[in-house]
Amino acid sequence: MSLALPIAQVVAFDRPAIDWHALAPEIVLLTSGALLTLIDVVFLDRARKYTSALAGIGLLATMVPILTLAIDGNDRGLFNDAYVVDEFALIMKAVFVLSGYVVVLLSTNYIAEGDYWESEYYGLLLTSLLGMVMMASSRDLISIFVAFELLSIPSYMLATWNKRSLKSNEAGLKYYLMGVFASAIMLYGMSLLFGVSGETILTKVNASLSTDPLSGAALASSTPVLTLGVVFIIIGFAFKVSAVPFHNWAPDTYSGAPIPVTAFLAVASKIAGFVALVQLVFVGFYDRADVFHPLMWILAVASMTIGNLIALRQDDIVRLMAYSGVAQAGVILAPLAVAGASHDIGDEALASIVTYLAIYAAMNLGVFAVILAVARKTRSTGVESFNGLFHYAPGLTVAMTIFMFALAGIPPFGGWFAKFRIFFAVVNEGGFWALLLGVIIAINSVVALYYYANIARRMWADEAPDGDLTPIRIPPSLGSALVLTVATTLVFGILPQVISHVTDVSLFAGG
Amino acid sequence: MIYDNDWVLSLLTFAPLGAALVMMAIPKADELLHKTIALAVSGGLLIFGTIYLLTEFDFDNADQMQFKFDADWIDVINSRYIVGIDGMSLPLILLTLLVVPLCIIYSWEHFPEPHNPKSFLILILILETGMIGTFVAEDLILFFVFFEVVLLPMFFMIAVWGGDDRRYASLKFFLFTLFGSALMILAFLSLFFLAEDSSGVAMRTFDIQALSAWGGANLTRNAALLIFGGMFMGFGIKVPMFPFHTWLPDAHTQAPTVGSVILAAVLLKLGTYGFIRIAIPILPEAAVEWAPWIGLLAVIGIIYGALGCLAQTDMKRLIAFSSVSHMGFVMLGISTLTTFGINAAVFGMVAHGLITGMLFFVAGSIKDRFHTLEIKRLGGLLIQAPRMGWILGFATMASLGLPGLAGFWGEFPAILSAYQPANGVPVEIFRAFMVIAAIGTVLAAGYLLWLLQRTAFGEPSEEFANDPNIHDATKFEYIAWAPMLILIVVLGVFPNLLFSMTDPAVEKSLHPCLIEDKADLNAADCPAVFDIEVAGR
Repeated sequence: MSLALPIAQVVAFDRPAIDWHALAPEIVLLTSGALLTLIDVVFLDRARKYTSALAGIGLLATMVPILTLAIDGNDRGLFNDAYVVDEFALIMKAVFVLSGYVVVLLSTNYIAEGDYWESEYYGLLLTSLLGMVMMASSRDLISIFVAFELLSIPSYMLATWNKRSLKSNEAGLKYYLMGVFASAIMLYGMSLLFGVSGETILTKVNASLSTDPLSGAALASSTPVLTLGVVFIIIGFAFKVSAVPFHNWAPDTYSGAPIPVTAFLAVASKIAGFVALVQLVFVGFYDRADVFHPLMWILAVASMTIGNLIALRQDDIVRLMAYSGVAQAGVILAPLAVAGASHDIGDEALASIVTYLAIYAAMNLGVFAVILAVARKTRSTGVESFNGLFHYAPGLTVAMTIFMFALAGIPPFGGWFAKFRIFFAVVNEGGFWALLLGVIIAINSVVALYYYANIARRMWADEAPDGDLTPIRIPPSLGSALVLTVATTLVFGILPQVISHVTDVSLFAGG
Repeated sequence: MIYDNDWVLSLLTFAPLGAALVMMAIPKADELLHKTIALAVSGGLLIFGTIYLLTEFDFDNADQMQFKFDADWIDVINSRYIVGIDGMSLPLILLTLLVVPLCIIYSWEHFPEPHNPKSFLILILILETGMIGTFVAEDLILFFVFFEVVLLPMFFMIAVWGGDDRRYASLKFFLFTLFGSALMILAFLSLFFLAEDSSGVAMRTFDIQALSAWGGANLTRNAALLIFGGMFMGFGIKVPMFPFHTWLPDAHTQAPTVGSVILAAVLLKLGTYGFIRIAIPILPEAAVEWAPWIGLLAVIGIIYGALGCLAQTDMKRLIAFSSVSHMGFVMLGISTLTTFGINAAVFGMVAHGLITGMLFFVAGSIKDRFHTLEIKRLGGLLIQAPRMGWILGFATMASLGLPGLAGFWGEFPAILSAYQPANGVPVEIFRAFMVIAAIGTVLAAGYLLWLLQRTAFGEPSEEFANDPNIHDATKFEYIAWAPMLILIVVLGVFPNLLFSMTDPAVEKSLHPCLIEDKADLNAADCPAVFDIEVAGR
């Protein structure tokens, strides 16, 4: 294969044809990030109060090429299809950029009012987002790894942003160590996969996995190596999406990091992990369902069951959301345990995951917006700080109630449709293990309701601590983040076709 | 002809929600305005809805879906916004339309602690949207959405305005129901994927009418039994059937008066309605095999509920257990799978809604005056508040099934129907159920008369003898109660008002092999499960 190219051919480098339109979102994002850093260097403190606004504008500007590409509608493959811009890539890019925009809205007052470095913060945020936007297009082992590191490294730093707090340092360090560990495992898995297939482009990896590249014979003999490679890669991303048993870092990191960063990690960063996983499964080793089905089944069941059970005992809302995130990761992994049955079921599984991810972003960002608003007054993230919220902040209470029941999957709020699509994909397969998975998800959603409803009950039925009824002042940026997330959660729930039309995507060639 | 009045059901469903949204924008301090809007909208809907539905409904075709509206909703999964009513849903919708404004009138001057009429009324209106929506939905997913929408307002009503143990009770209510509906949605999805028409093409539809017409043909026995089981969990917990009934006494005892009334009058019927609208028409063969078990749980519920009543010391808890017992009669009627039994069941739903709702109203009023519902501390209501005492007496008589009042027509035919259940359902077992259920009526008379005797008769107890708080029924109470009392009598004297409405629809909902006389059937057309004798089978 390409390993044995003549020297002359390697030296004479021809620049591959570049489709600039396809790369426009990345370029706009990169430019905004660089500009932001530059402005800070030149204008120092005078520019500081504009940085968050500029970051927001940069993100909205990034949406423009994403939209033009979506209107154009052609699938574009760059660099021998190592980098693909298709419907799936575009919708995920849009989810990342919009989540990033909401995170900027959440950060505006929090970072300015706390003792934080401001401009670097937004620069790093945009860099990390750039990694995610790239991840949505990466269909090659190497570009996946590069995107993965690009999105991870800035987030390690963001997690320690509160540098005088020991907890924040612990959060960042833990996240960093776990992240590096995961990268190493993943890289090892990728090298095994490359060793078996001799390819890095995912479509070619998949094609060569069914047959031996050298003899053309069936690949039965290398199945153990292949299995090891797939398992290692999946474990690497299981860390990122905090699936059990690789979830231990999440609660500590979430509760130590500044709240907007937690929101970013819990939403954007986790979605990026799923995007990579989905691309690997559907493009990279889709034909080896015998390898990834059992693994995904176990990861899904363990994550939702253990995540939910531990969440029952949490008395800190951020830790509770961390475990709720673990449980939801299990739900999102569930369709991957049936995805390989046929292309129809695979498409259904992919659509359900994309739908879930989009709704997940809206619900969870909303929850963190409320946590942020409440913490502005109570200076605490203990669940008891939500007691009696209804008596002094009815608007926030209604918003939080909507998010809690959306997460629990109660109609008419967005989450029900997300969960329904997952059920739909799983039941569609119809086998015993798939139906058992469906029943386990059903039972888990009852367990989850317990802690979500408990938060709702605290806000509505309990008394405010110390009878303190001073209202909460919500700054405009936080307010707009709340309005955005509430509106999205409601619209997705009442008119699900709004979201289901755009998430009806396929990763199969010609699909 | 059918399509020119298709807007009315959507209006009835969403007008309360619209009013709730408007009220959210009005400041909390403006209590009178909130009350006026809530009453005007729900009362207006009652008057308009009753007149319009009763005049426009084509009673000669009560088995057909009327006022039907069908539009795209979630096309990716082929779920549609289909609403429509037939003779089976009409009485329940009228009941819902009636109960809501009465509840608002009842609470007019004394909202339960912590007061806050704005939120309370908004919740009642959202509840009305959910309840009417469930009764009109003709698409499984739409039905599921409305079925769940009902949970939230009721959860908050119990959690915020409830009694001392409200936190526990509200969560228990929520968790039990959600468990059932999670399994129910799995059952709905399995139907969606497994339903194939006679030529083997997948139907891929959630349309209840289309699925009922399909009737489970070509489905394997195991799949049908499991799917029916999923729906049984969803609906049975809501009814509630023994052994899933334990949420009910807690929820009823802790809920504010109005919450208890709505819970008893309408919410429990969502479960029984699900059985007769969805489970039995779509899977008649599985229903036949499940019938003895449903009947068994129903009669256990009748006896267990009645014995439970005899052991209660709290009046509201006693009425709650009597609900378990009465819903057992309804379920017994349903489990016979005969037109006779299911007509009785629908009648029983309406009658139980009116009568038990009435009992909860009176219990709430007693609690307002005495600040306790402990039966042994009460007594002499007929001396201290004679009119209320008589109303309580009237409601208990209706509840124990006195002929001439509505309760009788729900209970008596349900027992009778067990004498001759549908084809394929074991006759001997149901005759045994009939005897047990009949014993249940005796027990019912026992605990209700005991309740009446201890609370209404005798001398007032010393602690309340000179209490100035204790007075007779107020103007608002009379207005809220009068329509229910009148309807209990009217339906008791003219039961045909209801039976003529429901009968055609019930007959259409049942598989012909279930109900036809065996001699009239061509046995070869009926699956073996209906147990119709053919030479050579």
